[in-house]
Amino acid sequence: MEFIVVQFLTGLASAASLFLVASGLSIIFGVTRIVNFAHGAFYMLGAYVAYTLTERFEGFFGFWGGIVAAALVVAAVGALLEIVLLRRIYRAPELFQLLATFGVTLMVQDLVVMIWGPEDLVGPRAPGLRGAVDILGLAVPTYDLFLIVLGPLVLGGLWILFHRTRWGVLVRAATQDRDMVAALGVNQTWLFTSVFALGIFLAGLGGALQIPRNAVTHLMDLSIIVEVFVVVVIGGLGSVLGAFIAAVLVSELNAFGILIFPKISIVLVFLVMACVLIVRPWGLLGRPEGPARQPAGLSIRPWQPMSQNQRLVMLAVVVAAGFAPFVTGDYALTVLAEIAVFALFAASLHFLMTVGGLASFGHAAYFGLGAYGAAFATTMFGMPMIGSLLLGPLLGVAGAILFGWFCVRLSGVYFAMLTLAFAQIAWSVAFQWVEVTGGDNGILGVWPASWAASPAAFYWLALAVSVAGIVALRVLVFSPFGYALRATRDSALRSEAIGIDRSRVQWAAFVIAGTFAGIAGALFAFLKGSVFPDNLAIPMSVDGLVMVLLGGIETVSGAVVGAIVYKALAIWLVSQTDLSKLVLGAIIVLLVVAFPKGIVGFAEDLLARRRAKADDGGAAARTTPAKAPAKAPAATSGSGAAPIAAPKMEAAR
Amino acid sequence: MSAPILEVEKLSKSYGGVHAVRGVSFTLAAGEILALIGPNGAGKSTCFNMLNGQIGRDTGSVKILGRDTTGLRPREIWRLGVGRTFQITATYPSMTVRENVQVALLSHHRELGRLFGFAGARHRAEADRLLGLVGMRDLAERPCGELAYGDLKRLELAIALVNEPKLLLMDEPTAGMAPRERVALMRLTATIAREQSIGVLFTEHDMDVVFEHADRIMVLNRGSLIAGGTPAEVRNNPDVKAVYLGEGSVYGGEAAA
Amino acid sequence: MKLEVHQLNSFYGPAHILFDVDINVGAGEVVALLGRNGAGKSTTFRSIVGLVARREGRILFEGEDITARPTHEIVRRGLGYVPEDRRIFTELTVEENLMVGEQPERTGAPRWTPEKLYALFPNLGEMRGRLGGRMSGGEQQMLTIARTLMGNPSLVLLDEPSEGLAPKIVEEMANAILAMKNEGLSIVLSEQNLHFARLISDRAYIIESGRIRFGGTIRELEESPDIRDAYLAV
Repeated sequence: MEFIVVQFLTGLASAASLFLVASGLSIIFGVTRIVNFAHGAFYMLGAYVAYTLTERFEGFFGFWGGIVAAALVVAAVGALLEIVLLRRIYRAPELFQLLATFGVTLMVQDLVVMIWGPEDLVGPRAPGLRGAVDILGLAVPTYDLFLIVLGPLVLGGLWILFHRTRWGVLVRAATQDRDMVAALGVNQTWLFTSVFALGIFLAGLGGALQIPRNAVTHLMDLSIIVEVFVVVVIGGLGSVLGAFIAAVLVSELNAFGILIFPKISIVLVFLVMACVLIVRPWGLLGRPEGPARQPAGLSIRPWQPMSQNQRLVMLAVVVAAGFAPFVTGDYALTVLAEIAVFALFAASLHFLMTVGGLASFGHAAYFGLGAYGAAFATTMFGMPMIGSLLLGPLLGVAGAILFGWFCVRLSGVYFAMLTLAFAQIAWSVAFQWVEVTGGDNGILGVWPASWAASPAAFYWLALAVSVAGIVALRVLVFSPFGYALRATRDSALRSEAIGIDRSRVQWAAFVIAGTFAGIAGALFAFLKGSVFPDNLAIPMSVDGLVMVLLGGIETVSGAVVGAIVYKALAIWLVSQTDLSKLVLGAIIVLLVVAFPKGIVGFAEDLLARRRAKADDGGAAARTTPAKAPAKAPAATSGSGAAPIAAPKMEAAR
Repeated sequence: MSAPILEVEKLSKSYGGVHAVRGVSFTLAAGEILALIGPNGAGKSTCFNMLNGQIGRDTGSVKILGRDTTGLRPREIWRLGVGRTFQITATYPSMTVRENVQVALLSHHRELGRLFGFAGARHRAEADRLLGLVGMRDLAERPCGELAYGDLKRLELAIALVNEPKLLLMDEPTAGMAPRERVALMRLTATIAREQSIGVLFTEHDMDVVFEHADRIMVLNRGSLIAGGTPAEVRNNPDVKAVYLGEGSVYGGEAAA
Repeated sequence: MKLEVHQLNSFYGPAHILFDVDINVGAGEVVALLGRNGAGKSTTFRSIVGLVARREGRILFEGEDITARPTHEIVRRGLGYVPEDRRIFTELTVEENLMVGEQPERTGAPRWTPEKLYALFPNLGEMRGRLGGRMSGGEQQMLTIARTLMGNPSLVLLDEPSEGLAPKIVEEMANAILAMKNEGLSIVLSEQNLHFARLISDRAYIIESGRIRFGGTIRELEESPDIRDAYLAV
């Protein structure tokens, strides 16, 4: 009994930091509509800066001043980021914003190691709160009690800020309709900056307050961001009170989960999240979002199947690729095989994203599960390679069936966050369940059969499977099912009205995408001869997203080009620099800033402008004003800045 | 006279203690055009959304073609033979006009689960026939996202006709359209409804449209039906004037008559 | 002149929407901008307040060039904008909605307080603490106008104030607009409903396919049925 009480208090204390970070994310999302992936990075920065400051300035004021100063410093960095980067991409599709902030996360990871080194750092204890209080005969750290009190205090403070000050009312108004706030004379540029700074301040404070409890590490950003995503999915994105309740819930589940499933405590959180989503898909205190923005893949230019000539060209390219073993060496062939594998992986994600409008941030889960499946089949059951290649992907399929069922209940950023959370859960299981997966050591000895052992033979195998998979995906795009999927993406309302079961169609698409990702993963396992938790980690998922983005999101086959370019670039980069994350992050950020509407959107604009110039003079009347998105913005405008207010109001009334 | 297409009895719904709709009963016959009007917040949308299954009802019954619709989702109600158009058009901007109709046809024939075969080649003739019906045959190849608003409304009508519906539910069919387009769309709807014996229920704010095209009008106020009858009866009903129509200075000139 | 729009051309992406639009509004005048849906009414208003990214021409407000200014600066000079489809803050109360619109007092413009607005729109006074989302369409339309008036503008652009409202509410709206005019406010309203526009306007422009096709007094418009029929098609 006593132990349970103490464990409960520990959970409450952990909830404080989680709440601070999650509420910051929620507040930023509310106004800017950006899910700030870099939030975890700012949390981590808060901890590092606080460590430095509290080491430098000792004593009571040194410590507490250092904590607050650290949060302020981080908030200032956040404001700078908002001014330099985010202001440029507020009108970009959600996916690009998530990617840009992820790019920042990557950069911060390398920067932190550069500045503070790779070792874990242990901060000082809090002056004045060093001791412990005796509760039911057990010692509870005073600092924990302080955190337990702090959480509700911050919650109350935020409530007063948002309901009793004009700034707060403006923020709430902007949360709903930022253009309207500007049209009432409010300078929303600075409103956004101040909101972002507040959200980052909360994240930095959350990180700084952790240093007396936990070591400061350069891995704490990803672990917190996943927990935060889980919290906001449970609590409801945009709701500060929801963030508080969910933070307590998740922290308690963690505290007690350790007792029940010591190895895979995260499963308990997962189960609770699943239950909440079934009952309340928008979280405990969230409310359904209208179709806020166009999904990333939406183009008003309809897709066409390839012409006879295009097919011949494609065939020629594949045949040419088949001749590679006669002109290159073994290393190049291994690289080419890897590119083929990733082309299939990217194509599967691309199918889900563009045809289905479902931007998964955790697609690597099914790739990795496919890889693990193949490894299990080979090492545990002694299957031959062909058997493993056929059976291994089934693990990916199973994962997609299970996770997909939940994910397709959501859409937009919720979908992205949930897919990411599931992928992280899969990663945790692979990482923590050492007896089965080997944990960090992975599974070794997944070698191909002798007939496929030579680099050339394996390359041909990979190429054949990849081409077959990509062709199958293309056939799907133009099949009746592909149309059903596009229909659910274009208009859920219309689809329901013509008898289409949206969630079932999207679930099927999720499983199809997971299947092809699993096949790619199984190939990958044999290519590398081993499987590691990295294969289903977040960076792998983001690799896939960048490939799709690079290749052009609004084309049918762009992902293949993207995969080739990106993988070649990444392999080259790793050979050139130790700071590959920094460079990669910067490339992602630049890509998003340079092409805020996507590469294809950019190209379309360019083409249209050129055409308009050519038309100038005589035929200007052909650009009919009837196309003006004046009356029906949701239905007619193409990509980019669809006004968000109108459809939302309909939903609210 | 044949059995009514739509029978609504004592339909009620409340949100948090507020009665949005209470005790609404009416029927709709084949080929009849029935308008539902009333002030904003009178419960028109709530009523409409209960009929098409988008929201559940508290009490009362709705029968479509004699079938009770309790617990049916919108897509299941559609399968009973109900076509719908939306206040703000809902179409597929990434597809061509023809493909928009083809998707609905594929769904009607329950073929959307097929994983291969080129969908664009299926039900082409039927799609073109429906587009011809609404006068859009020439626009079949156009991307739907490039259509003018009035054309989108006509496309919605064509889509609504794919399952040979017996009942059409149109939520503010002419909202946001130019006066001439309004007349054209409603004439088209009326012609099709009469030819195919489709019962039409629509909500509308434009009194010129309502008075000209409806066979019968029902007036909803604070969740209850306060009047019903022919356009002439409703127009001169003092209760309706008091809560809704006012003095008649802001709609059609015929009001003076 | 209160507002002068010279040779305004506007674009959405590559699409050219407005062509050489000229509009003048005198102090204390009510001017109607009539036209069909998609004719360019909303785009004209959005261009004036800087919500259209690409626009060419010159827009003078009280003699000063505001063409290149950001939206919030234009509004702070006393040019109020009431968008179509209402766009009130549904999660905020009536009082809070008004608070968002609050701007400092301005010389040469009527000064509005919540109390004065509650007198103008008595319905709103009875529901100060109610959430915007719990109001009827007519009440929301009143609120959106009241919210803009809180900025103490000297001119307001009303985009389709009668759209989607019950005829009875439209009549109330006409009275409210006349009351605003009596306070000395200049008003430009866009309308498709000619019946409504002629109740309250001094002058009217007709816009069609992004071009101004007619400018004159309401009487002149009534006396030229050919113009009316050609562009308004009632």
